[in-house]
Amino acid sequence: MNQTETTHKLETDSKLVREYQYGFVTDVDTDELPKGLNEDIIRAISQKKNEPVWMTEWRLKSFRRWQTMREPRWAKVTYPEIDYQDIRYYSAPKSASSGAAQADPELLKTFERLGIPLYERDRLAGVAVDAVFDSVSVATTHREMLAEKGIIFCSMSEAIQEHPELVRKYLGSVVPPSDNFFAALNSAVFSDGSFCYIPKGVRCPVELSTYFRINARDTGQFERTLIVAEEDAYVSYIEGCTAPMRDTNQLHAAVVELVALDRAQIKYSTVQNWYAGDEKGHGGIYNFVTKRGHCRGAHSKISWTQVEVGAAITWKYPSVILEGDHSVGEFYSVAFTNNRMQADTGTKMIHIGAHTKSTIISKGISAGESANSYRGLVQILPSAQHARNHTCCDSMLIGDKCSANTYPVIEAETSTAITEHEATTSKISEEQLFYVQSRGIDEESATSLIVNGFCKDVFKELPLEFSVEAIKLLELKLEHSVG
Amino acid sequence: MSEQTPFFEIRNLHASTEDKPILKGVDLTIQPGETHALMGPNGSGKSTLSNVIMGHPAYEVTAGEILFRGQNILELEPDERARLGLFLAFQYPVAIPGITVAKFLKSAADARFGQGAVKPSDFIKRMRENLAFLEMSEQFLNRFLNDGFSGGEKKRMEILQMLTLKPSLAVMDETDSGLDIDALRIVSKGVNRLVGPEFGLLVITHYERILNYIKPDHLHVLIDGRIAMSGGPELVKEVEKNGYDWIRERFGKEVLV
Ligand SMILES: Nc1ncnc2c1ncn2[C@@H]1O[C@H](COP(=O)(O)OP(=O)(O)OP(=O)(O)O)[C@@H](O)[C@H]1O
Ligand SMILES: [Mg+2]
Repeated sequence: MNQTETTHKLETDSKLVREYQYGFVTDVDTDELPKGLNEDIIRAISQKKNEPVWMTEWRLKSFRRWQTMREPRWAKVTYPEIDYQDIRYYSAPKSASSGAAQADPELLKTFERLGIPLYERDRLAGVAVDAVFDSVSVATTHREMLAEKGIIFCSMSEAIQEHPELVRKYLGSVVPPSDNFFAALNSAVFSDGSFCYIPKGVRCPVELSTYFRINARDTGQFERTLIVAEEDAYVSYIEGCTAPMRDTNQLHAAVVELVALDRAQIKYSTVQNWYAGDEKGHGGIYNFVTKRGHCRGAHSKISWTQVEVGAAITWKYPSVILEGDHSVGEFYSVAFTNNRMQADTGTKMIHIGAHTKSTIISKGISAGESANSYRGLVQILPSAQHARNHTCCDSMLIGDKCSANTYPVIEAETSTAITEHEATTSKISEEQLFYVQSRGIDEESATSLIVNGFCKDVFKELPLEFSVEAIKLLELKLEHSVG
Repeated sequence: MSEQTPFFEIRNLHASTEDKPILKGVDLTIQPGETHALMGPNGSGKSTLSNVIMGHPAYEVTAGEILFRGQNILELEPDERARLGLFLAFQYPVAIPGITVAKFLKSAADARFGQGAVKPSDFIKRMRENLAFLEMSEQFLNRFLNDGFSGGEKKRMEILQMLTLKPSLAVMDETDSGLDIDALRIVSKGVNRLVGPEFGLLVITHYERILNYIKPDHLHVLIDGRIAMSGGPELVKEVEKNGYDWIRERFGKEVLV
């Protein structure tokens, strides 16, 4: 189904600056460490968080490891050299004592403006929220109700204090510090993030959600999230993120680890809307993230659903290690790039257990002068008898200055495996646009409708209200992307 | 409407694609209440004419004009033309995967009549009536538009959209091709529901049979991008019987004069 056609007036209008409504800055007193990275800084971060010695040691070991590593350059993205000594690794609003319920009204207001009410009175029904502002968590809602069920949902800093045995057991067990350059950096300097623990047999009754906000200038955000679902547990987790509009680039290097034991299910959804820079490519967030899930138990299931519409550069491959027999890994992704944005994203599915199954559905949409690549690896080890994979990656181009690439790799080391792969790249079809427009729908709405339809298989995987939000967000991003 | 400003008028229309001329001076006037049939050999430019009327970006109009209620519509986008009341039932309707028929019809109706002009409950009710009228299953509302539809189902879907959008001037590009005899009757019934003193219709076809259901007042024959002959409904039978060669010959002579 190649619909590449002669192009007529479908050009991106890069002159129109797309409004980024989350681009404001909150004026708060901050407690900061000086710029730069060395062992003293790491000790200082650890000290500020009042961490136990083992944690400090873990950070230092990661740092030493990081110093021996080189920044990966294999992704299809280009950016100037990052000066790691010119970044601030810790910045926290003074008023925020990590995880405290009595957070600063200024901060609560910020999150309210972002659509994330943290006040007791208007908390989101059905969603428990952990709000992370620069380096620290400022509030976590619904904790008492969750505690009754034995569910732990708190900031990572708090978890290190309150549940050290769990953190020690699982932290770095899916993404070891040595995994890659950015994971090592994160392990050394991570500031905050969320910790979720769902005990045996418990279905988490609400969506757990973390909202990440970068506010301070020249500060990196290095959050660390760990989700553990014990036997027969279920949890749906949502992550959202925004940052102010600035003309300098900011680094966001997160690590997310998921562990699913026997028959446990973890559903992880992301709407990533970091500031993407202006139409000339100035500013924006470098989103270099390592996300991995480990299906340790038999019949366990991990699903990643991501809608990536922001960030100047995205380097992100949420993956699943399918170790338990009959375990299931899923990756559903919509990645939209516009202007000078660059995205190199995809997934890895590592099949180890027998009868393991993975599904990959990736939809890339490129507009403007952006570059959008899908990179995927499906590895089926000899032990993974009767493993199955279905991969479908489709790319859509809006205009003729953007590009789309797919790099799918399938390595099957057992003859009993079944893999299917489909890939299409098409220009947004002129015939489709004309058809929709001929029914009275203007070009912008028509494009939006067609793109929405294109992404349907991914949107339907998101929790319902979140999916409505994601569709609206994508519509907003598509505005002015057609001329 | 006065004599001076016809309802729908095409004047000396020339259009080309990739510098290849396809329409070479088409003149055609439709008054409200009239049904015109357009016939012509394959490749003579019938679909191109439909597309140019609706504003397809692949075609460049090199001369002439198209007036709708006195307004030159050539500068308008396809969606603006549709909102003025023009409609094209496509010869080859395209699929829009991921968008349900219900969602599409609602978006189109909102665009044409204004957001919120139709209450959602009334809209659904009307959809159901229209579906029943066209003898289509309600399940179509939840299917993706034209995705995996049979040829005949696509044609019915065009007429369903036409009934929903209530145009004042419609062009039907070979809606009858590929329809079985029952479907042809049903589709014609749908079209005839719109036919009336305020409605103009251009029916493009290769066969007489649809014209037994939708009675034309005039017939035009398009050959090589020009209207070679126009006449009353009686001309249909002649074309059906004798084909186009005799018209070509006579037209050629006329051109020589
Ligand atoms: N987009 C296009 N690009 C190139 N050539 C075109 C295009 N559209 C039409 N043509 C050419 O213009 C001529 C007229 O085509 P058109 O589809 O209008 O014919 P038609 O009368 O509708 O034929 P049919 O009866 O087969 O439907 C043909 O030679 C066709 O190949
Ligand atoms: Mg045709």
